[in-house]
Amino acid sequence: MSVRAPLPIRSLALFSLLAALAGLCALSVTIGSRDVSWSEIVAGLAGHNDTIGEAAVALRVPRTLLAVIAGSALGLAGAVMQGVTRNPLADPGILGVNTGAALAVVVGVAWFNIVSTEAYVWSAVAGAGCSAVLVYALGSVGRDGATPLKLALAGTATSIALASLIIAVVLPRNDIAGGIRSWQIGGVGGASYDRILPVLPFMAVGLAISLLSARQLNSLALGDDMAAGLGERVPVARAFAALGTILLCGAATAACGPIGFVGLIVPHLCRLLVGLDHRWLLPISALGGACLLLLADILGRIIARPAELDVGIVTAFVGAPFFIWIVRQQRIRQL
Amino acid sequence: MTTLPLDRFSLAEDRRRLTLRRGALVAVLAALLAGVFALTLSLGQSYTPPGEVLRVLLGEEVQGAGFTVGQLRLPRAVLSVLAGLSFGMAGVAFQTMLRNPLASPDIVGVSSGASAAAVFAIVVLSMKGPAVSVVAVLAGLAVALSVYGLSFRNGVAGTRLILVGIGVSAMLESLVAYILTQAPEWTLQEVLRWLTGSVNGARLDQAMPLLAALLVFGGLLLGCARNLMALRLGDDTAAALGVRVSLTRLVIIVSAVGLIATATAVTGPIAFVAFLSGPIAARIAGTRGSLLIPSALVGALLVLAGDYVGQFLLPIRYPVGVVTGALGAPFLIYLLVRVNRSGGSL
Repeated sequence: MSVRAPLPIRSLALFSLLAALAGLCALSVTIGSRDVSWSEIVAGLAGHNDTIGEAAVALRVPRTLLAVIAGSALGLAGAVMQGVTRNPLADPGILGVNTGAALAVVVGVAWFNIVSTEAYVWSAVAGAGCSAVLVYALGSVGRDGATPLKLALAGTATSIALASLIIAVVLPRNDIAGGIRSWQIGGVGGASYDRILPVLPFMAVGLAISLLSARQLNSLALGDDMAAGLGERVPVARAFAALGTILLCGAATAACGPIGFVGLIVPHLCRLLVGLDHRWLLPISALGGACLLLLADILGRIIARPAELDVGIVTAFVGAPFFIWIVRQQRIRQL
Repeated sequence: MTTLPLDRFSLAEDRRRLTLRRGALVAVLAALLAGVFALTLSLGQSYTPPGEVLRVLLGEEVQGAGFTVGQLRLPRAVLSVLAGLSFGMAGVAFQTMLRNPLASPDIVGVSSGASAAAVFAIVVLSMKGPAVSVVAVLAGLAVALSVYGLSFRNGVAGTRLILVGIGVSAMLESLVAYILTQAPEWTLQEVLRWLTGSVNGARLDQAMPLLAALLVFGGLLLGCARNLMALRLGDDTAAALGVRVSLTRLVIIVSAVGLIATATAVTGPIAFVAFLSGPIAARIAGTRGSLLIPSALVGALLVLAGDYVGQFLLPIRYPVGVVTGALGAPFLIYLLVRVNRSGGSL
């Protein structure tokens, strides 16, 4: 693969993604369990809330917004994570970061009675950070550092352990079990502006940090020694970029629950579009993530009509085959 | 590592000592298991004297104890032991075959395949009893074979197989989660069984498929224990020693999956038992010789003791899977660190 696709292709990719995003947003507002007429859509978008159709449209708007925000956060986080770990299988879901965030939120709800979305976000970010550090530390013990296999195994095993801790925390609390169980699958249904607003500052900081780390990620891609030779302080650069992904993953998990595989698929596809330069790859991945999550959400509404399929389930079903495809492509080193 | 004695007589002597030690160890583990089994029968919410327990076991009608021991405690203990034996033996078979302690059936997707099939059969097809076990075994096999097939590319590398398994199990777990959300009339207990494994509400007739599977598949596994040991040396060396590698592999996969799936169809995927038993058995018994039986016994102990702890020793009643899952976490971290440092043997 060339390091960077030619400029016209990159610009074309950028604009077509933007167009796709706009189109998907429009679809997301118009398609749903309930058929609504065009006049109701227009009225609903204008803020009217008089008929059921208009109310449905009014509910779809924050949902679309949340899907766009969370999707771009996850896509971007995946791209940065793959860059930081130089690991094609890195994904917030596979590496257990989302489960860590989920456990922290569940503990917060069950033991400390947190209710506000701000508190959700803080605990999710803390949990994401702890589990990211834990998994990375576990995966990189040993001679050859963090190989894809070791990281994936460390992440999976940690996820299983954390998931049973989540059950242990939830079980005595019948009052919150139902809510947590549906949150845990990962979905954007039932979004409201109250749930989105508190997440935005975290997203913004995470976005800024991630985009700023693009140049350092380019150096890191050459290998630690080369990056150090280029004057990069490798551990600092790595920690800085990791902070960005932790903020993004934590915030996305707090808002929608753990959603897997978006961060895995999107950077791989975007690399095919624009090449390896992180200065292009990162923003394109954010756009691509938004498109993918929206698409998954819309699919979930169409497939299971009149019910809805949670977006986390759709992404798992699309993402897992993709994961397997990457595994088959790569010449992954033996443990 | 000790140096091996080289002359013929001391080799034979060494071997005899090893067999003896292994035999003694298995006996101790079995005795321990019997002890815990007896304890769970006689001591629960209330205490039943051993004499009464014995009379119930012998089929006599005993007031009170007949219900608590015969209806509540015995089925639970029997199921725990049988499921634990199955998980322990199948887990170590996978780990030995793939030469990686992390490649246990609960990580490479077999457990989640069986569990997804069981949930599907129960919720969507409204099946019951042995039919569920059959579906679970078939689905577990299908998942195992497709993981095997998907990781086939100029031969199957253990690494690729594990990673493909991780992908497949992520997909199946989300399927389980989805089916569970579609079954709102289910109690939380029932849902938890399929998320983490539990022996709550055990009945003695559920033990029959487990027993049958243990006899058939367990027997098959024990039958190829020697070939399994040879596989530990690497496929090429094993082939040079006269092992038909692909056939052995197939037999091991089929029987291990059979064990796991039958047990999962009854108790759900009890977290980490298949994963932990082998490495614990290896710590106790050393890695020379076959670990199938020690690991099966360790598995049974884990489930039995885990269920007892979850029922009586914690402030809230937890299903056994939560206890083994939480217990497993620190051990898992230790194991990951150790494996990564030393490069991958049990």
